[in-house]
Amino acid sequence: MSSITLTPDIAPAVMPKSHYANVRTTVMSWLFTVDHKRIAILYLISITVFFAVGGLFASLIRIELLTPKGDFMTGDTYNKVFTLHGVIMIFFFLIPSVPATLGNFALPIMIGAKDLAFPKINLLSWWLYMLGGVLAVVVLLRGGLETGWTFYPPYSTTFATSQVTIAILAAFLAGFSSIFTGLNFIVTVHKMRAPGMTWFRMPLFVWAHYATSIIQILGTPVVAITLVLVAIERVWGVGIFNPQIGGDPILFQHLFWFYSHPAVYVMILPGMGVVSEVIPCFSRKRIFGYEFIAFSSMAIAIIGFLVWGHHLYVSTQSTYAGMVFSLLTFLVAVPSAIKVFNWTATMYKGEITFEAPMIYALGFIGLFLVGGLTGLVLASMANDIHFHDTYFVVAHFHYVMVGGMVMAYMCGLHFWWPKMTGRMYPGLLATIAAILVFVGFNFTFFPQFILGFLGMPRRYHSYVEEFQILNIMSTMGASVLGLGYGMQPFYLLWSLFKGEPAGDNPWRAKGLEWQVPSPPPTFNFPDGRPVVIEDPYAYTIDVKEADSVAQH
Amino acid sequence: MSEIAFTPEQASTIAGRMDFLFYGWLGLSIFFFVAVVVAIIYFSFKYRKGSKADRRITGETEFMTLSITGTTLELTWTIVPLIMAILVFFWSAWLYVDFTQMPSGAMEVLVTGKQWMWKIQHPNGKREINELHVPTGVPIKLTMTSEDTIHSFFIPAFRVKKDVLPNRFSQLWFNATKEGEYHLFCTEYCGTDHSRMIGKVTVMSPERYQAWLAGADTGVAMASSGEKLFTKLGCVTCHTGTTPRGPKLAGVFGKEVKLADGSTLVADEEYIRESIMNSSAKMVQGYPPLMPLFKNQIKEQDLMTLVNYIKSLKDEKNGTKS
Repeated sequence: MSSITLTPDIAPAVMPKSHYANVRTTVMSWLFTVDHKRIAILYLISITVFFAVGGLFASLIRIELLTPKGDFMTGDTYNKVFTLHGVIMIFFFLIPSVPATLGNFALPIMIGAKDLAFPKINLLSWWLYMLGGVLAVVVLLRGGLETGWTFYPPYSTTFATSQVTIAILAAFLAGFSSIFTGLNFIVTVHKMRAPGMTWFRMPLFVWAHYATSIIQILGTPVVAITLVLVAIERVWGVGIFNPQIGGDPILFQHLFWFYSHPAVYVMILPGMGVVSEVIPCFSRKRIFGYEFIAFSSMAIAIIGFLVWGHHLYVSTQSTYAGMVFSLLTFLVAVPSAIKVFNWTATMYKGEITFEAPMIYALGFIGLFLVGGLTGLVLASMANDIHFHDTYFVVAHFHYVMVGGMVMAYMCGLHFWWPKMTGRMYPGLLATIAAILVFVGFNFTFFPQFILGFLGMPRRYHSYVEEFQILNIMSTMGASVLGLGYGMQPFYLLWSLFKGEPAGDNPWRAKGLEWQVPSPPPTFNFPDGRPVVIEDPYAYTIDVKEADSVAQH
Repeated sequence: MSEIAFTPEQASTIAGRMDFLFYGWLGLSIFFFVAVVVAIIYFSFKYRKGSKADRRITGETEFMTLSITGTTLELTWTIVPLIMAILVFFWSAWLYVDFTQMPSGAMEVLVTGKQWMWKIQHPNGKREINELHVPTGVPIKLTMTSEDTIHSFFIPAFRVKKDVLPNRFSQLWFNATKEGEYHLFCTEYCGTDHSRMIGKVTVMSPERYQAWLAGADTGVAMASSGEKLFTKLGCVTCHTGTTPRGPKLAGVFGKEVKLADGSTLVADEEYIRESIMNSSAKMVQGYPPLMPLFKNQIKEQDLMTLVNYIKSLKDEKNGTKS
């Protein structure tokens, strides 16, 4: 067992001799580990593979859409490609992205715990995820899936000819893996905080994960059982959703979005948590409006459950129901706005530096703002008549999911990478990659807002000629975006072997996870539980500098 | 390839008002976006490490530094967006109600969606596929259904869209203002050739529309082919005559109907449709459940024709027509 060595700031950092990753090195010791940090690494590797596969499908989509005719692949192939892009990115990358990797790694240490409350359930969660992932690969190898990630019946139950049932099983298993992660986080936050770690001394990253976990355990069972009903109708012909045999297709849409709308908050709240850690650290300033950010996470989680009907404005849902959903959707935007204002105010009178995590965090704010503001165009019942199911929707949710969550995930990955691996990556390359991602992203998705306004429907394999120029711009932007993403594995893997040892706290951050060695030892705090005496944002600016300014 | 357009054409009575709401929100969004981005860029520059900016926190009077007690600032940026959100909600909800309220005296056109085409039938029976001809200045009401999965009927230039569902009618209306040709798209994913389930809407002057309607391709008028079905399917035997076994249908459309369980409803297209398909669902008071189920016995298009025929029946006693 290692001990915490307090290295003074001036001495060059050295890697600790023994840490969580090298205590045992056999494959079995990884596959059956119950250490939250090792499980986080397992998740990190798995979601990276799925991100690459999902990204490959995205490139195929963009190549097809270079020309209006639909001449790169057949309509059926295209339908499978965009379906698999959605299924893989949502169920196997975005939902587990921040919680299962960064959350799994950092959350217990941040609240001073030696592990999550249920380490074996944590391992089970990864195994279920992998089982779901393997089934997703089976779907791919057996001819794919062409229902769209939304599985709308009666198309999915009656007309689709592909591997719907296996795909549903895959999503079902991934769903339970997500429930287990949420369950673990909730119990851990309630029961395992270190002495002195009061609710209002918890890092906002932890608050965000707490809110996310509530959605995961309350919402996911609903979509899981709904998808099973689709499979039952498909396999045994029981009339649940298909009106020809007595079902109701709109019922499915309600049940599906009851989870899948809150799920978009599963895909953004943890990202907001990351940004709430990074901005104060690189501004050297206490977060502004701590309670407001914490409560806005909870408000988003709760109100977010009551807005699903805004996906059904043009599906013959009653006008009055639509109005309630529309009003609540407008309301759920307010807590998000509060967060953005508070992050901005945090930078005021800070001492700001621009390392890669900060670039990602600032990029996140800008892109998330665009995503959120355009979301209200779709919340508006009158405008949604026109924009529903057009490329405007595609652009909107990519601004939130990719511009928001993927940026935040990369932000967190670059922030905690030195903690997870003990080594620094080359800062300049990371900054270049961050800028490429930001620029490429905007070129890819901004033209899609205009395409949507012009009326180009989503999920179109071929399109009318006047949409071509904007599609070409989008594809060019996607190439730059791909380049930005593609750089990362190279310099991150390089840093594993050749990177400078990072030391315990390369960012001079205040959270508990920075008080332990990098990488941390197996039980995080070998000297016993820490006692927390200050909040996680007790940043101060060098007093001498402030004094010298005062003399002017 | 053609030139880039940044805004879609406005070719219906609602298009301008819908776009005004969009541009209004766009203006507010740009204001918020620019305010936040300018603040971030300004702070990034002014408070970058090494700059000589004044970073002293001067106490409770300076609003930005009240990180714990800065409730006034927090409340301001909570309540201002809240009020704006609520105002925009009311504006958009009001427009929505206005846009979706069916106008009276509309010209009725029937639409059937199937993988992967749109079948259209005009009041005089004229049919077309993937094309829709309409006159300007007349409200057009589309009654739509699907023969298979869910589709969605979208004409961007008119700013109208509605899902088209199997076993159900959905409706939308528009009033075209500008002659020309416009796109018609299916916007609910429906399989292999979803992106080819598109068509052309031709808007003509009322005179040219009449000429087009009278063209060679006219089929049997909708109501008269409905009458044939009414006889062929045997509806006549019970629903007409002096002592009918089923409720009289003349003039029933738009009227209140008393049901066996004591409740009442207004007979609309959907009710008539349901009663044909599954008469026992909502039995009219005073009649025995004798009627056979026509579910899966009638094609969607015939069903529409039949419903339209029943709508057209006048109540001879009062001479009224709904």
